[in-house]
Amino acid sequence: MAFKITSFFLWALYLISASSLCNAETTLVAVASNFTKPMTEIAEAFKKTTGHSANLAFGSSGKFVSQLENGGPFEVFLSADASNPIKLEQSGLAVAGSRFTYAIGKLVLWSNKTGYVDERGQILATGGFKHLALADPKLAPYGAAAMEVIRNMKLLDTLQPLFVLGENIAQTYQFISTGNAELGFIALSQIIDNGRIASGSGWIVPNNLHIPILQDVILLKKGAENPAAPALLKFLTSPEAQAIIRKYGYDIAG
Amino acid sequence: MLSPADIATLWLTFKVAGISTLFMLLFGTPLAWWLARTESRWKGICNAVVALPLVLPPTVLGFYLLVLMGPAGVIGKFTTWLGLGTLPFTFAGLVVASVLYSLPFVVQPLQTAFAMIGARPLEAAATLRASPFDTFFSIVVPLAKPGFLTAAILGFAHTVGEFGVVLMVGGNIPDKTRVVSVQIYNHVEALEYSEAHWLAGCLLLFSFSVLLVLYTALKTHPVAHQSLK
Repeated sequence: MAFKITSFFLWALYLISASSLCNAETTLVAVASNFTKPMTEIAEAFKKTTGHSANLAFGSSGKFVSQLENGGPFEVFLSADASNPIKLEQSGLAVAGSRFTYAIGKLVLWSNKTGYVDERGQILATGGFKHLALADPKLAPYGAAAMEVIRNMKLLDTLQPLFVLGENIAQTYQFISTGNAELGFIALSQIIDNGRIASGSGWIVPNNLHIPILQDVILLKKGAENPAAPALLKFLTSPEAQAIIRKYGYDIAG
Repeated sequence: MLSPADIATLWLTFKVAGISTLFMLLFGTPLAWWLARTESRWKGICNAVVALPLVLPPTVLGFYLLVLMGPAGVIGKFTTWLGLGTLPFTFAGLVVASVLYSLPFVVQPLQTAFAMIGARPLEAAATLRASPFDTFFSIVVPLAKPGFLTAAILGFAHTVGEFGVVLMVGGNIPDKTRVVSVQIYNHVEALEYSEAHWLAGCLLLFSFSVLLVLYTALKTHPVAHQSLK
Protein backbone atom coordinates (compact mmCIF):
# COMPACT_ATOMS: atom_id res chain seq x y z
CA MET A 1 0.00 0.00 0.00
CA ALA A 2 2.78 2.41 1.03
CA PHE A 3 4.62 1.48 -2.13
CA LYS A 4 1.54 2.21 -4.22
CA ILE A 5 1.11 5.65 -2.67
CA THR A 6 4.80 6.48 -3.18
CA SER A 7 4.72 5.40 -6.78
CA PHE A 8 1.54 7.41 -7.30
CA PHE A 9 3.26 10.53 -6.00
CA LEU A 10 6.26 9.86 -8.19
CA TRP A 11 3.99 9.60 -11.19
CA ALA A 12 2.19 12.81 -10.22
CA LEU A 13 5.53 14.60 -9.85
CA TYR A 14 6.64 13.27 -13.21
CA LEU A 15 3.43 14.44 -14.89
CA ILE A 16 3.63 17.89 -13.34
CA SER A 17 7.27 18.38 -14.35
CA ALA A 18 6.63 16.95 -17.81
CA SER A 19 3.77 19.34 -18.43
CA SER A 20 5.76 22.37 -17.29
CA LEU A 21 8.66 21.39 -19.52
CA CYS A 22 6.64 21.71 -22.71
CA ASN A 23 5.01 25.01 -21.58
CA ALA A 24 1.51 23.58 -21.50
CA GLU A 25 -0.39 25.21 -18.68
CA THR A 26 -3.78 24.59 -17.10
CA THR A 27 -6.24 27.37 -16.53
CA LEU A 28 -9.20 27.24 -14.16
CA VAL A 29 -12.34 28.49 -15.89
CA ALA A 30 -15.75 29.45 -14.44
CA VAL A 31 -18.45 28.69 -17.01
CA ALA A 32 -22.14 29.62 -16.89
CA SER A 33 -24.08 26.35 -16.78
CA ASN A 34 -26.00 27.09 -20.00
CA PHE A 35 -22.67 26.92 -21.86
CA THR A 36 -21.67 23.52 -20.44
CA LYS A 37 -21.90 21.46 -23.63
CA PRO A 38 -20.25 23.85 -26.11
CA MET A 39 -17.51 24.73 -23.62
CA THR A 40 -16.63 21.10 -22.99
CA GLU A 41 -16.17 20.65 -26.73
CA ILE A 42 -14.24 23.92 -27.06
CA ALA A 43 -11.91 22.89 -24.23
CA GLU A 44 -11.07 19.68 -26.11
CA ALA A 45 -10.31 21.62 -29.29
CA PHE A 46 -8.31 24.14 -27.24
CA LYS A 47 -6.15 21.37 -25.86
CA LYS A 48 -5.57 19.88 -29.30
CA THR A 49 -4.66 23.20 -30.90
CA THR A 50 -2.62 24.92 -28.18
CA GLY A 51 -1.57 22.14 -25.82
CA HIS A 52 -2.97 24.09 -22.87
CA SER A 53 -5.76 22.61 -20.79
CA ALA A 54 -8.86 24.34 -19.50
CA ASN A 55 -10.24 23.02 -16.23
CA LEU A 56 -13.96 23.84 -16.29
CA ALA A 57 -16.24 24.61 -13.33
CA PHE A 58 -19.93 25.02 -14.14
CA GLY A 59 -22.40 27.08 -12.14
CA SER A 60 -24.58 30.16 -12.09
CA SER A 61 -22.99 33.45 -13.05
CA GLY A 62 -24.19 35.25 -9.91
CA LYS A 63 -22.68 32.58 -7.69
CA PHE A 64 -19.35 32.82 -9.49
CA VAL A 65 -19.30 36.60 -8.89
CA SER A 66 -19.85 36.08 -5.13
CA GLN A 67 -17.10 33.45 -5.10
CA LEU A 68 -14.69 35.68 -7.02
CA GLU A 69 -15.40 38.59 -4.69
CA ASN A 70 -14.38 36.29 -1.85
CA GLY A 71 -11.13 35.05 -3.32
CA GLY A 72 -12.39 32.43 -5.80
CA PRO A 73 -9.47 30.89 -7.73
CA PHE A 74 -10.88 31.24 -11.29
CA GLU A 75 -8.78 32.77 -14.05
CA VAL A 76 -11.33 33.10 -16.84
CA PHE A 77 -15.06 33.73 -16.46
CA LEU A 78 -17.60 32.90 -19.17
CA SER A 79 -20.76 34.55 -17.93
CA ALA A 80 -24.35 34.02 -19.05
CA ASP A 81 -24.75 37.78 -19.32
CA ALA A 82 -22.81 41.00 -19.73
CA SER A 83 -23.58 42.67 -16.40
CA ASN A 84 -21.74 40.22 -14.15
CA PRO A 85 -18.40 40.59 -16.00
CA ILE A 86 -18.89 44.38 -16.00
CA LYS A 87 -19.33 44.20 -12.23
CA LEU A 88 -16.02 42.35 -11.90
CA GLU A 89 -14.36 44.90 -14.18
CA GLN A 90 -15.58 47.73 -11.98
CA SER A 91 -14.48 46.07 -8.74
CA GLY A 92 -10.98 45.65 -10.16
CA LEU A 93 -10.97 41.84 -10.07
CA ALA A 94 -10.77 41.49 -13.84
CA VAL A 95 -8.29 42.74 -16.41
CA ALA A 96 -9.71 45.95 -17.88
CA GLY A 97 -10.39 45.80 -21.61
CA SER A 98 -10.34 42.00 -21.80
CA ARG A 99 -14.12 41.61 -21.93
CA PHE A 100 -15.97 40.66 -25.15
CA THR A 101 -19.16 38.89 -26.24
CA TYR A 102 -18.42 35.25 -27.06
CA ALA A 103 -21.99 34.16 -27.77
CA ILE A 104 -25.49 35.57 -28.16
CA GLY A 105 -28.24 33.45 -26.70
CA LYS A 106 -31.43 32.57 -28.56
CA LEU A 107 -34.68 32.38 -26.65
CA VAL A 108 -37.24 29.71 -27.53
CA LEU A 109 -40.80 29.03 -26.39
CA TRP A 110 -40.87 25.27 -26.04
CA SER A 111 -43.22 22.41 -25.16
CA ASN A 112 -42.39 18.70 -24.90
CA LYS A 113 -45.57 17.96 -26.91
CA THR A 114 -45.22 17.91 -30.69
CA GLY A 115 -47.42 20.39 -32.53
CA TYR A 116 -48.30 22.28 -29.34
CA VAL A 117 -46.32 25.48 -29.85
CA ASP A 118 -47.05 27.07 -33.26
CA GLU A 119 -44.40 28.77 -35.36
CA ARG A 120 -45.45 32.29 -34.41
CA GLY A 121 -46.05 31.83 -30.71
CA GLN A 122 -49.79 32.49 -31.05
CA ILE A 123 -50.47 29.99 -28.29
CA LEU A 124 -49.43 32.62 -25.73
CA ALA A 125 -52.46 34.68 -26.73
CA THR A 126 -54.85 31.75 -27.26
CA GLY A 127 -54.05 30.18 -23.91
CA GLY A 128 -55.43 26.83 -22.77
CA PHE A 129 -52.47 26.00 -20.53
CA LYS A 130 -52.17 26.09 -16.75
CA HIS A 131 -48.45 26.81 -16.31
CA LEU A 132 -45.94 28.87 -18.23
CA ALA A 133 -42.38 28.22 -17.09
CA LEU A 134 -39.60 30.76 -17.25
CA ALA A 135 -36.36 31.36 -15.41
CA ASP A 136 -36.56 33.92 -12.60
CA PRO A 137 -36.28 37.27 -14.46
CA LYS A 138 -34.43 38.76 -11.50
CA LEU A 139 -31.66 36.16 -11.70
CA ALA A 140 -31.44 34.78 -15.22
CA PRO A 141 -30.94 36.75 -18.45
CA TYR A 142 -33.18 34.30 -20.34
CA GLY A 143 -35.91 34.96 -17.79
CA ALA A 144 -35.54 38.71 -18.21
CA ALA A 145 -35.71 38.31 -21.99
CA ALA A 146 -38.84 36.16 -21.67
CA MET A 147 -40.48 38.89 -19.55
CA GLU A 148 -39.68 41.43 -22.27
CA VAL A 149 -41.27 39.24 -24.94
CA ILE A 150 -44.41 38.85 -22.84
CA ARG A 151 -44.55 42.61 -22.19
CA ASN A 152 -44.01 43.38 -25.87
CA MET A 153 -46.85 41.04 -26.78
CA LYS A 154 -48.98 42.86 -24.16
CA LEU A 155 -49.81 39.59 -22.41
CA LEU A 156 -48.29 40.24 -18.97
CA ASP A 157 -51.61 40.57 -17.13
CA THR A 158 -53.08 37.35 -18.50
CA LEU A 159 -49.90 35.28 -18.27
CA GLN A 160 -48.41 36.39 -14.93
CA PRO A 161 -50.77 34.23 -12.81
CA LEU A 162 -49.58 31.18 -14.78
CA PHE A 163 -45.87 31.74 -14.16
CA VAL A 164 -43.73 29.06 -12.58
CA LEU A 165 -40.20 30.29 -12.06
CA GLY A 166 -37.14 28.11 -12.40
CA GLU A 167 -34.07 29.16 -10.50
CA ASN A 168 -32.14 28.92 -13.76
CA ILE A 169 -32.88 27.72 -17.29
CA ALA A 170 -31.80 24.16 -16.50
CA GLN A 171 -34.51 23.89 -13.87
CA THR A 172 -37.00 25.64 -16.16
CA TYR A 173 -36.23 23.00 -18.78
CA GLN A 174 -36.98 20.25 -16.21
CA PHE A 175 -40.35 21.82 -15.40
CA ILE A 176 -41.30 21.65 -19.09
CA SER A 177 -39.64 18.37 -20.09
CA THR A 178 -41.41 16.51 -17.24
CA GLY A 179 -44.71 17.94 -18.50
CA ASN A 180 -45.47 19.74 -15.23
CA ALA A 181 -45.54 23.00 -17.16
CA GLU A 182 -47.15 22.72 -20.60
CA LEU A 183 -44.70 25.20 -22.12
CA GLY A 184 -42.10 27.77 -21.24
CA PHE A 185 -39.19 29.95 -22.27
CA ILE A 186 -35.74 28.37 -22.34
CA ALA A 187 -32.53 28.63 -24.36
CA LEU A 188 -32.39 27.15 -27.84
CA SER A 189 -29.04 25.64 -26.88
CA GLN A 190 -30.80 23.33 -24.41
CA ILE A 191 -32.94 21.54 -26.99
CA ILE A 192 -30.92 21.81 -30.19
CA ASP A 193 -29.48 18.77 -31.88
CA ASN A 194 -27.76 19.01 -35.26
CA GLY A 195 -29.18 22.49 -35.81
CA ARG A 196 -32.81 21.45 -35.21
CA ILE A 197 -35.15 21.39 -32.22
CA ALA A 198 -34.66 17.79 -31.14
CA SER A 199 -38.08 17.02 -29.63
CA GLY A 200 -41.44 18.56 -28.85
CA SER A 201 -42.38 21.85 -30.51
CA GLY A 202 -40.94 25.32 -30.25
CA TRP A 203 -41.00 28.89 -31.45
CA ILE A 204 -37.62 30.59 -31.80
CA VAL A 205 -38.44 34.08 -30.58
CA PRO A 206 -37.42 36.80 -33.09
CA ASN A 207 -34.58 39.03 -31.87
CA ASN A 208 -36.66 42.21 -32.17
CA LEU A 209 -38.94 41.14 -29.30
CA HIS A 210 -36.20 41.41 -26.67
CA ILE A 211 -32.79 42.99 -26.20
CA PRO A 212 -30.04 40.55 -27.21
CA ILE A 213 -28.86 38.06 -24.60
CA LEU A 214 -25.15 38.85 -24.68
CA GLN A 215 -22.86 36.36 -22.99
CA ASP A 216 -19.53 37.95 -22.14
CA VAL A 217 -16.19 36.45 -21.21
CA ILE A 218 -13.57 38.24 -19.12
CA LEU A 219 -9.99 37.58 -18.05
CA LEU A 220 -9.57 37.75 -14.28
CA LYS A 221 -6.50 39.23 -12.66
CA LYS A 222 -5.63 35.83 -11.21
CA GLY A 223 -5.19 34.54 -14.77
CA ALA A 224 -3.13 37.42 -16.13
CA GLU A 225 0.17 35.67 -15.40
CA ASN A 226 -0.90 32.26 -16.74
CA PRO A 227 -0.36 32.06 -20.54
CA ALA A 228 -3.18 29.51 -20.87
CA ALA A 229 -5.83 32.01 -19.70
CA PRO A 230 -5.42 34.72 -22.38
CA ALA A 231 -4.86 31.93 -24.91
CA LEU A 232 -8.32 30.57 -24.11
CA LEU A 233 -9.90 34.00 -24.64
CA LYS A 234 -8.16 34.25 -27.99
CA PHE A 235 -9.22 30.73 -28.92
CA LEU A 236 -12.89 31.62 -28.32
CA THR A 237 -12.74 33.99 -31.32
CA SER A 238 -11.20 31.36 -33.63
CA PRO A 239 -13.35 29.97 -36.49
CA GLU A 240 -13.06 26.53 -34.92
CA ALA A 241 -14.54 27.65 -31.59
CA GLN A 242 -17.18 29.80 -33.29
CA ALA A 243 -18.36 26.86 -35.37
CA ILE A 244 -18.90 24.90 -32.13
CA ILE A 245 -20.73 27.85 -30.54
CA ARG A 246 -23.06 28.15 -33.57
CA LYS A 247 -23.70 24.41 -33.63
CA TYR A 248 -25.14 24.65 -30.11
CA GLY A 249 -27.73 27.28 -31.05
CA TYR A 250 -25.95 30.54 -30.27
CA ASP A 251 -25.21 33.52 -32.49
CA ILE A 252 -21.82 35.17 -32.77
CA ALA A 253 -21.42 38.92 -32.26
CA GLY A 254 -20.53 41.14 -35.23
CA MET B 1 -35.16 45.38 6.81
CA LEU B 2 -37.72 42.76 5.86
CA SER B 3 -39.93 43.64 2.90
CA PRO B 4 -43.60 42.52 2.79
CA ALA B 5 -42.52 39.87 0.26
CA ASP B 6 -39.95 38.55 2.73
CA ILE B 7 -42.53 38.42 5.52
CA ALA B 8 -44.91 36.54 3.20
CA THR B 9 -42.24 33.89 2.64
CA LEU B 10 -41.70 33.53 6.41
CA TRP B 11 -45.43 33.10 7.00
CA LEU B 12 -45.75 30.59 4.17
CA THR B 13 -42.76 28.62 5.48
CA PHE B 14 -44.29 28.26 8.95
CA LYS B 15 -47.60 27.24 7.38
CA VAL B 16 -45.95 24.51 5.30
CA ALA B 17 -43.86 23.34 8.26
CA GLY B 18 -46.82 23.32 10.67
CA ILE B 19 -49.15 21.37 8.40
CA SER B 20 -46.38 18.97 7.36
CA THR B 21 -45.53 18.28 11.01
CA LEU B 22 -49.15 17.40 11.76
CA PHE B 23 -49.21 14.91 8.88
CA MET B 24 -45.82 13.50 9.84
CA LEU B 25 -47.01 12.82 13.41
CA LEU B 26 -50.20 11.29 12.02
CA PHE B 27 -48.37 8.88 9.69
CA GLY B 28 -45.16 8.63 11.68
CA THR B 29 -46.69 7.48 14.98
CA PRO B 30 -48.22 4.17 13.78
CA LEU B 31 -45.18 3.57 11.57
CA ALA B 32 -42.74 4.15 14.43
CA TRP B 33 -44.87 2.00 16.76
CA TRP B 34 -44.85 -0.86 14.29
CA LEU B 35 -41.10 -0.49 13.67
CA ALA B 36 -40.39 -0.46 17.42
CA ARG B 37 -42.46 -3.57 18.17
CA THR B 38 -42.31 -5.78 15.10
CA GLU B 39 -40.17 -8.87 14.60
CA SER B 40 -41.07 -8.96 10.92
CA ARG B 41 -38.35 -9.55 8.35
CA TRP B 42 -39.56 -6.42 6.53
CA LYS B 43 -38.40 -4.29 9.45
CA GLY B 44 -34.92 -3.73 8.04
CA ILE B 45 -36.22 -2.70 4.62
CA CYS B 46 -38.80 -0.35 6.16
CA ASN B 47 -36.18 1.27 8.40
CA ALA B 48 -33.92 1.79 5.39
CA VAL B 49 -36.70 3.30 3.26
CA VAL B 50 -37.71 5.73 6.02
CA ALA B 51 -34.08 6.82 6.44
CA LEU B 52 -33.46 7.28 2.69
CA PRO B 53 -34.21 11.04 2.59
CA LEU B 54 -31.29 11.49 5.00
CA VAL B 55 -28.93 10.13 2.38
CA LEU B 56 -30.41 11.35 -0.90
CA PRO B 57 -29.35 14.84 -1.93
CA PRO B 58 -32.51 17.01 -1.67
CA THR B 59 -32.37 18.16 -5.30
CA VAL B 60 -32.28 14.51 -6.38
CA LEU B 61 -35.29 13.69 -4.21
CA GLY B 62 -36.97 16.85 -5.56
CA PHE B 63 -36.29 15.87 -9.14
CA TYR B 64 -37.81 12.40 -8.70
CA LEU B 65 -40.83 13.87 -6.95
CA LEU B 66 -41.21 16.27 -9.88
CA VAL B 67 -41.19 13.32 -12.27
CA LEU B 68 -43.45 11.10 -10.11
CA MET B 69 -46.00 13.84 -9.35
CA GLY B 70 -45.99 15.17 -12.93
CA PRO B 71 -48.64 14.31 -15.55
CA ALA B 72 -46.65 11.27 -16.73
CA GLY B 73 -45.76 10.02 -13.23
CA VAL B 74 -47.52 7.40 -11.11
CA ILE B 75 -48.56 9.84 -8.37
CA GLY B 76 -49.50 12.47 -10.95
CA LYS B 77 -51.79 10.05 -12.78
CA PHE B 78 -53.40 9.04 -9.49
CA THR B 79 -54.03 12.63 -8.33
CA THR B 80 -55.39 13.53 -11.77
CA TRP B 81 -57.71 10.52 -11.60
CA LEU B 82 -58.90 11.77 -8.20
CA GLY B 83 -59.69 15.10 -9.88
CA LEU B 84 -57.01 16.99 -7.92
CA GLY B 85 -54.78 17.77 -10.89
CA THR B 86 -51.02 17.44 -10.56
CA LEU B 87 -49.20 18.42 -7.37
CA PRO B 88 -46.04 20.31 -8.44
CA PHE B 89 -46.26 24.11 -8.12
CA THR B 90 -49.03 23.85 -5.50
CA PHE B 91 -49.11 24.29 -1.73
CA ALA B 92 -50.36 20.71 -1.34
CA GLY B 93 -47.46 19.44 -3.43
CA LEU B 94 -45.05 21.26 -1.16
CA VAL B 95 -46.61 19.63 1.91
CA VAL B 96 -46.39 16.15 0.33
CA ALA B 97 -42.73 16.70 -0.55
CA SER B 98 -41.93 18.06 2.91
CA VAL B 99 -43.60 15.12 4.65
CA LEU B 100 -41.52 12.62 2.67
CA TYR B 101 -38.37 14.65 3.13
CA SER B 102 -38.59 15.21 6.91
CA LEU B 103 -40.28 11.95 7.92
CA PRO B 104 -37.10 10.30 9.30
CA PHE B 105 -36.74 13.18 11.75
CA VAL B 106 -40.14 12.30 13.18
CA VAL B 107 -40.11 8.51 12.94
CA GLN B 108 -36.68 7.92 14.46
CA PRO B 109 -37.12 9.78 17.80
CA LEU B 110 -40.58 8.19 18.17
CA GLN B 111 -39.25 4.73 17.39
CA THR B 112 -36.49 5.12 19.99
CA ALA B 113 -38.93 6.45 22.58
CA PHE B 114 -41.35 3.53 21.96
CA ALA B 115 -38.55 0.97 22.09
CA MET B 116 -37.31 2.33 25.42
CA ILE B 117 -40.67 1.79 27.06
CA GLY B 118 -40.15 -1.95 26.68
CA ALA B 119 -42.67 -4.77 26.90
CA ARG B 120 -43.25 -4.78 30.67
CA PRO B 121 -45.60 -1.79 31.08
CA LEU B 122 -47.64 -3.08 28.12
CA GLU B 123 -47.87 -6.58 29.60
CA ALA B 124 -48.89 -5.10 32.93
CA ALA B 125 -51.62 -3.11 31.20
CA ALA B 126 -52.78 -6.23 29.34
CA THR B 127 -53.10 -8.21 32.59
CA LEU B 128 -55.37 -5.40 33.79
CA ARG B 129 -57.48 -6.02 30.67
CA ALA B 130 -56.67 -2.72 29.01
CA SER B 131 -57.42 -2.79 25.28
CA PRO B 132 -54.46 -2.10 22.92
CA PHE B 133 -55.90 1.34 22.14
CA ASP B 134 -56.36 2.15 25.80
CA THR B 135 -52.81 0.95 26.51
CA PHE B 136 -51.44 3.11 23.72
CA PHE B 137 -53.14 6.30 24.83
CA SER B 138 -52.94 5.80 28.62
CA ILE B 139 -49.47 4.23 28.90
CA VAL B 140 -47.42 4.70 25.74
CA VAL B 141 -48.26 8.32 24.86
CA PRO B 142 -47.50 9.75 28.34
CA LEU B 143 -44.29 7.72 28.63
CA ALA B 144 -43.16 8.70 25.15
CA LYS B 145 -44.06 12.37 25.54
CA PRO B 146 -40.46 13.59 25.24
CA GLY B 147 -40.13 11.51 22.07
CA PHE B 148 -43.20 13.21 20.60
CA LEU B 149 -41.78 16.60 21.54
CA THR B 150 -38.44 15.84 19.92
CA ALA B 151 -40.13 14.44 16.81
CA ALA B 152 -42.43 17.43 16.37
CA ILE B 153 -39.73 20.02 16.88
CA LEU B 154 -37.15 18.31 14.69
CA GLY B 155 -39.71 17.65 11.94
CA PHE B 156 -40.89 21.26 12.03
CA ALA B 157 -37.40 22.76 12.12
CA HIS B 158 -36.11 20.52 9.36
CA THR B 159 -39.02 21.47 7.11
CA VAL B 160 -38.39 25.17 7.76
CA GLY B 161 -34.80 24.72 6.60
CA GLU B 162 -35.51 22.64 3.50
CA PHE B 163 -34.35 24.07 0.22
CA GLY B 164 -33.41 21.65 -2.53
CA VAL B 165 -36.72 19.83 -2.60
CA VAL B 166 -38.94 22.94 -2.66
CA LEU B 167 -36.74 24.51 -5.28
CA MET B 168 -37.44 21.59 -7.58
CA VAL B 169 -41.09 20.98 -6.80
CA GLY B 170 -42.28 24.49 -5.95
CA GLY B 171 -41.73 26.74 -8.94
CA ASN B 172 -41.04 29.79 -6.76
CA ILE B 173 -44.60 31.19 -6.82
CA PRO B 174 -45.23 34.09 -4.38
CA ASP B 175 -47.61 33.18 -1.51
CA LYS B 176 -47.94 29.62 -2.81
CA THR B 177 -44.54 27.95 -2.93
CA ARG B 178 -41.93 30.66 -2.34
CA VAL B 179 -40.57 29.72 1.08
CA VAL B 180 -37.98 31.57 3.10
CA SER B 181 -34.95 29.44 2.14
CA VAL B 182 -35.67 29.98 -1.57
CA GLN B 183 -36.11 33.71 -0.97
CA ILE B 184 -32.74 33.93 0.80
CA TYR B 185 -31.14 32.06 -2.06
CA ASN B 186 -32.73 34.44 -4.59
CA HIS B 187 -31.46 37.46 -2.65
CA VAL B 188 -27.93 36.05 -2.63
CA GLU B 189 -28.06 35.17 -6.33
CA ALA B 190 -29.24 38.70 -7.12
CA LEU B 191 -26.37 40.02 -4.94
CA GLU B 192 -28.89 41.67 -2.56
CA TYR B 193 -26.78 40.78 0.43
CA SER B 194 -28.39 43.02 3.07
CA GLU B 195 -31.86 41.60 2.38
CA ALA B 196 -30.36 38.11 2.49
CA HIS B 197 -28.62 38.85 5.81
CA TRP B 198 -31.83 40.09 7.43
CA LEU B 199 -33.84 37.09 6.38
CA ALA B 200 -31.06 34.62 7.17
CA GLY B 201 -30.69 36.29 10.58
CA CYS B 202 -34.38 35.69 11.31
CA LEU B 203 -34.07 32.05 10.27
CA LEU B 204 -30.94 31.58 12.37
CA LEU B 205 -32.56 33.14 15.43
CA PHE B 206 -35.57 30.91 14.95
CA SER B 207 -33.57 27.72 14.57
CA PHE B 208 -31.44 28.54 17.59
CA SER B 209 -34.50 29.22 19.77
CA VAL B 210 -36.12 25.96 18.70
CA LEU B 211 -33.05 23.91 19.55
CA LEU B 212 -32.55 25.79 22.81
CA VAL B 213 -36.14 25.10 23.89
CA LEU B 214 -35.74 21.47 22.87
CA TYR B 215 -32.57 20.84 24.80
CA THR B 216 -33.67 22.78 27.90
CA ALA B 217 -36.99 20.92 27.99
CA LEU B 218 -35.29 17.56 27.53
CA LYS B 219 -32.80 18.07 30.32
CA THR B 220 -35.62 17.40 32.77
CA HIS B 221 -36.58 14.20 30.90
CA PRO B 222 -33.84 11.58 31.35
CA VAL B 223 -35.55 9.14 28.99
CA ALA B 224 -35.71 11.55 26.09
CA HIS B 225 -32.24 12.77 26.82
CA GLN B 226 -31.07 9.22 26.28
CA SER B 227 -32.95 8.97 23.02
CA LEU B 228 -31.22 12.01 21.57
CA LYS B 229 -27.77 10.60 22.21
